[in-house]
Amino acid sequence: MAMSQTLQRGPVSGTATSRTTSRRPFLLDLYATAVGKKYVMAVTGIIGILFIIGHMVGNLKAYIGLVEEADGTMAYDLDVYAHFLRELLVPIVPHGYALWGLRLGLIAALVLHLHAAWSLTVLNRKARPVRYQSSRDYQVASFASRSMRMTGILVVLFIAWHLADLTWGWVNPGYEYGEVYRNLDASLSRLPVAILYIVANIALGTHLFHGIWSLFQSMGWNNPRFNRWRRGLATGIATIVVVGNVSFPIMTLAGVISHPSV
Amino acid sequence: MSTTLKNLTLKVWRQTGPDSKGHFESHTIDEITDEASFLEMLDILNERLISEGKEAVVFDHDCREGICGTCSLMINGQAHGPERGTATCQLHMRKFTSGDTIVIEPWRASAFPIVRDLMVDRSAFDRIVESGGFITAATGGAPDANLIPIPKPVADASMDAAQCIGCGACVAACPNGAANLFTAAKISHLNLLPQGQAERFSRVENMVETMDDYFGSCTNHGECEAACPKEISIDMIALMNADYRKAKVKNRKQLARS
Amino acid sequence: MTTLDSKIPAGPLADKWNNFKANEKLVNPANKRKFKVIVIGTGLAGASAAATLAELGYQVDAFTFHDSPRRAHSIAAQGGINAAKNYRGDGDSIHRLFYDTIKGGDFRSREANVHRLAEVSVDIIDQMVAQGVPFAREYGGMLDNRSFGGAQVSRTFYARGQTGQQLLLGAYQQLARQIGLGGVRLFNRTELVDVVNIDGRCAGVVVRDLMTGEISSHSAHAVVLATGGYGNVFFLSTNAMACNVTAAWRAHKRGAYFANPCYTQIHPTCIPQSDDFQSKLTLMSESLRNDGRVWVPKNAGDNRAAHLIPEDERDYYLERLYPSFGNLAPRDISSRAAKRAVDAGQGVGAKQNGVYLDFADAIGRLGKSVVAERYGNLFDMYERITGENPYEVPMRIYPASHYTMGGLWVDYELMTTIPGLYAAGEANFSDHGANRLGASALMQGLADGYFVLPYTISNYLAGWLNKSIPDTSHPEFARVEAEARDRYQRFAAVGGTRSPDWFHRELGKIIWDYCGMERSEAGLDKALSEIPALYEEFRKDLRVTGGTEGVNQTLEKAARVEDFFELGMLMCRDALDRRESCGGHFRSEYQTEDGEALRDDDNFAHVAAWEFTGDPMTPNRHVEDLVYEEVHFQTRSYK
Repeated sequence: MAMSQTLQRGPVSGTATSRTTSRRPFLLDLYATAVGKKYVMAVTGIIGILFIIGHMVGNLKAYIGLVEEADGTMAYDLDVYAHFLRELLVPIVPHGYALWGLRLGLIAALVLHLHAAWSLTVLNRKARPVRYQSSRDYQVASFASRSMRMTGILVVLFIAWHLADLTWGWVNPGYEYGEVYRNLDASLSRLPVAILYIVANIALGTHLFHGIWSLFQSMGWNNPRFNRWRRGLATGIATIVVVGNVSFPIMTLAGVISHPSV
Repeated sequence: MSTTLKNLTLKVWRQTGPDSKGHFESHTIDEITDEASFLEMLDILNERLISEGKEAVVFDHDCREGICGTCSLMINGQAHGPERGTATCQLHMRKFTSGDTIVIEPWRASAFPIVRDLMVDRSAFDRIVESGGFITAATGGAPDANLIPIPKPVADASMDAAQCIGCGACVAACPNGAANLFTAAKISHLNLLPQGQAERFSRVENMVETMDDYFGSCTNHGECEAACPKEISIDMIALMNADYRKAKVKNRKQLARS
Repeated sequence: MTTLDSKIPAGPLADKWNNFKANEKLVNPANKRKFKVIVIGTGLAGASAAATLAELGYQVDAFTFHDSPRRAHSIAAQGGINAAKNYRGDGDSIHRLFYDTIKGGDFRSREANVHRLAEVSVDIIDQMVAQGVPFAREYGGMLDNRSFGGAQVSRTFYARGQTGQQLLLGAYQQLARQIGLGGVRLFNRTELVDVVNIDGRCAGVVVRDLMTGEISSHSAHAVVLATGGYGNVFFLSTNAMACNVTAAWRAHKRGAYFANPCYTQIHPTCIPQSDDFQSKLTLMSESLRNDGRVWVPKNAGDNRAAHLIPEDERDYYLERLYPSFGNLAPRDISSRAAKRAVDAGQGVGAKQNGVYLDFADAIGRLGKSVVAERYGNLFDMYERITGENPYEVPMRIYPASHYTMGGLWVDYELMTTIPGLYAAGEANFSDHGANRLGASALMQGLADGYFVLPYTISNYLAGWLNKSIPDTSHPEFARVEAEARDRYQRFAAVGGTRSPDWFHRELGKIIWDYCGMERSEAGLDKALSEIPALYEEFRKDLRVTGGTEGVNQTLEKAARVEDFFELGMLMCRDALDRRESCGGHFRSEYQTEDGEALRDDDNFAHVAAWEFTGDPMTPNRHVEDLVYEEVHFQTRSYK
């Protein structure tokens, strides 16, 4: 890559013939360019968005509280839902396999999203090795678009903490496997943790606000008739996700989500 | 009617060569009419520098009517200065007020090495065009111009893209130093037209990949569109992205067939 | 006085070009790569010539002093390009375009060249559309046309107000393709500083790298100068800042004759100068005169605001003097009328140096939205530059130097008087006579580059097949290089007090005052005494800061200004010796009773081609008689 260009003199000729024409396999070839990496960002972003919406909707079951199961016992609906996820597609696949399939897909998407973001950042740094020496006066770039890197990092760190808290239970007091409702209450009853969840979700919302609008550009889904809906869609999804997710710590602190053993 | 601006402070970037270290140099302009263009203010500064036996500030400029794309300049943190849809050469001093400090910096991007002071080398743009920004049509072999009707909206959209003056403001304004707006404008100009269809996919492939050799990536900030003196829309970038994706698929099929 | 051989082919006018093509010598495809052609300049003519020659198989070296070939000033042309397509079915034909061009040029151009231009105009449009130039279209998808001054048919193709830009980009893209393929070697930011002749033919050029200051030689079988016009001799003009006469002038000093330098075109609708250090004038499209009314106050010195001047105290002088054409009178006539009004003290604006172009009636008649639709972008540009809103106050306009019809003398094959040295586009004198019609400059540039030069150049090159030509190791190259180095060293070493721009501005004032829109014997005599005096001062009092290495724009400018000085002398000499008025050349002594140009066809139906003698004040005047077989002299009348 001729990224660090210095001043060259002398005649210019045959510039199009000197380009390398060896092609890698299709996907690698596509991924090799910045435009291709942006497709990957967009596609993995869509996977992430679908997961986040599903995750938020699933968690709303916390508000349903106790339900009566088929055998007459009472159980928290959230715990029932968690059990259902582990039993997904049984008996086509054994217990837990479908969930792991989804998890692997999510992990792959996250890894690709991170790798693309990291390599594009490196590329962009190389594209302007000497910064502007005076302060920039941005015209339209939003806070969301300029803070994608920061909000992204915050979200990744949060995901790690979130897994340690509610999946592995390492930082959850009295963690009980399978008792999702209890664990949720145990975690979010702690004020600092509740604040952490709120901050992280605002970061996530900001990330989505630019990301959802941006993915239409990256994918080249452009139609002047629908373009103005993109902003509304991005704002709508980001708002719904943030409101839904932030409601959990607030409602836990308010005592709406409350488990007797906590 | 004209008024006079007083006490302007200019902070101008001076740099003797591509590899030397540069610095801001301060100058004061005691009085200037607001009828003057921004570049005429620099002309006056240069006249003064020469009369003091100093070297004039080097900056690129030519037509001074906003069409050749030679002028550049980052003025107070904005490419081409504070007026939207205007190249530096058509910016006038009435956009400033007495007592202002005006900071003038060259475009900054690794693909645009600084030649001297405010002058940069934008040859990387030519390399992108050389790799595919044309329609192959040998002189003399063209059919009658009215043989292929082109719907007016198509011709207009192509013209919207073709207006690009190649000044590099998109790269300068982009927080990532990306040239997607330039490249997309060049591609869309030709890819929208019936005459451009034969080379449509090889064009987008070659140009996008050449662009990659020099520039950063687009993260959809939209700063390029705001800085563009011709106000070219970032919709062009979406068009390019769509065509690039199609090119990757279509060309494979053709290769498999041949 | 020698007679110049213009090498016009035999046969009836309409067959001459075909006869030439049928009889010319060709170079077979395999042999083309043995020839090297240097093209200086990458505007319409240069880029199209370089691209086509490379496509044919010649080795081409293209030079531009810009950072990119696409910056050439062809890009600034607004209105359009003429072609005898007759898509309107309104009676256009090759013959009519030919005749309109001859008449527009006031019967001072070469019939055969103009006819060829009209013939190939048709191919240009086909070629440019095939290359992807997005010309304006009608809803049915066919090409749209507009009408332009000097013609009774609609034959002008356009791309918004940016036709020059789109055509140049078309030619540039073809050039870029050839650079990419390796057919053309591009030298950017490299300026021609001299032409090298060996054994009576052009052997190559000496150039200066504007980035490093390095001076080097390049040899070739043929050299094409496509370096534009010299309108910047006036300092203030609508030309780009870097436009200059250097390439043509250096060739002239090495033996190429310079033809009709006094034929310059002044465009009537430019924004007047606003202050003393103004760097250039901006053109407002001539189309504005379709709806705007030109007027000045009847009373000299009336400095009331426009809306306070009642109707009966306004002088709509174009409507009064030229009732049938009114505000659409041709460029030279409108320009002179504006100058007379301003000279009589009726000028408007703070400096009283303009006339009004008023849209109040049009806005009243059509409504603001229709006016905005037609001229919105021009109104915006006017407001950006002047700070005045033309929807509310009338525009102020004044004529400015715009185009130069004169240039290097070339024969029918576009070869100068130096064998192997060609001139194309505005740099030559060939097709426009004493006045160019609107939308014909783009046509000529592309005709020369795409459709004329690629044919005519082989006629010369064929004779050099398998003969050796001197390369840059020949001592003549070293000698010319050394001269060029000395010249730049000299500029840097004068150590005076004035910048090159200061001298350029002073020179421009003299030329504008005495050799501008109206010329007189007394004025030209005065100019011919003032210019050499100022030139002497230039040689003694110039100050160039910085050295000869690296980028030094002050040094570049100094060399260009020196060439303008010498050209200025020749221009005034030519204007003095052409004792008649024709087209853009108006001598106050030669006018009709009502102030129109008075030609002298008996004594001046010829091209004046000047030979450099060593002293720019005493050039030799040669004459090429213009023989008209098809057209008959007429007096232009637009009353």
